[in-house]
Amino acid sequence: MRIGFLHSLIRPDEKMLLAELKKRSDLDLEMIDVRKMHFHLGADRFNVDVAVERCINHSRAVHALRLFESAGIPCVNSYHVGNICGDKLLTSAALLDAGLPQPEVRVAFTEETALEAIEEMGYPVVLKPAVGSWGRLLSKINDRDAAESILEHKSILGSYHHSIFYIQKYVEKPGRDIRGFVVGDECIASIYRTSKHWITNTARGATAESCPMTDELHSICVRAADAVGGGVVAVDLLETDDGFLVNEVNYTMEFKNSVSVTGVNIPGRIVDHVVSVARPAVV
Amino acid sequence: MSAAECPICGAELTLGDDLVAGELLECADCGTELEVESTEPVVVSEAPTEQEDWGE
Repeated sequence: MRIGFLHSLIRPDEKMLLAELKKRSDLDLEMIDVRKMHFHLGADRFNVDVAVERCINHSRAVHALRLFESAGIPCVNSYHVGNICGDKLLTSAALLDAGLPQPEVRVAFTEETALEAIEEMGYPVVLKPAVGSWGRLLSKINDRDAAESILEHKSILGSYHHSIFYIQKYVEKPGRDIRGFVVGDECIASIYRTSKHWITNTARGATAESCPMTDELHSICVRAADAVGGGVVAVDLLETDDGFLVNEVNYTMEFKNSVSVTGVNIPGRIVDHVVSVARPAVV
Repeated sequence: MSAAECPICGAELTLGDDLVAGELLECADCGTELEVESTEPVVVSEAPTEQEDWGE
């Protein structure tokens, strides 16, 4: 079986995945740096049975996925999943459609309507770029003065997509959130991400600790994964007195800090899943 | 596998046996983040800076 590894920069997560792929003697690995390719729609023939996407850029990732799928190559994750998960607004809509609990979300397209929405919601709120990751450019807005200032800055200094105002009600966290790693129909591991800061991304310094799996945790993570199309995703949850809220779903999930604390071979399980969705061998 | 120098400060880089093109390295001397352009021969350059759509 030939595995296409779509990538740009290779980080420790990718190195761990590559190490797992190279362990499997029945797999041939083809490294595909999307920065070094050009595509010919309708004419491309990729000599791989499945592609695993690990591009660091969301925009390159989803477009490459679309092109590989157009050429008949199954991908992990699919274009559909990447497209949904790469946009917080689309993710929230998918979670809503599936009836999953999430923080209150409002969306506005102008400064004025964004301010109206924020005032109606009450402070604090969190303003997030619809496309973005690693806790980058998140704003916790505590009062009207801050709201006016941040909205103006985003309108004037931001690129066009910063005028899609994705506003989430701030949820008080117990100094941590939970990340569940879903592969296929199973949540294979979970961690607490602990930080003194209100942003609990490990990319922003939060520490990963093992989180015990419960039926409730497993269920909501798998349901959230299904809501965005399934595959290999990391589901971020907030703990409240009324149960979990789904905060985000990530489709090029990072796991380098989570293997040792959970004891679960996350990259190995990903490889198993990739193999399971490969196109059947032509006899 | 041949050695390589940091293109920023000239320090010798410590390279693993499993080096792959695209891999990120950090120069132990100057701290610059580097990308492996190729492995045979080893060519490294300053890594691209973080962009707005980078992440998970």
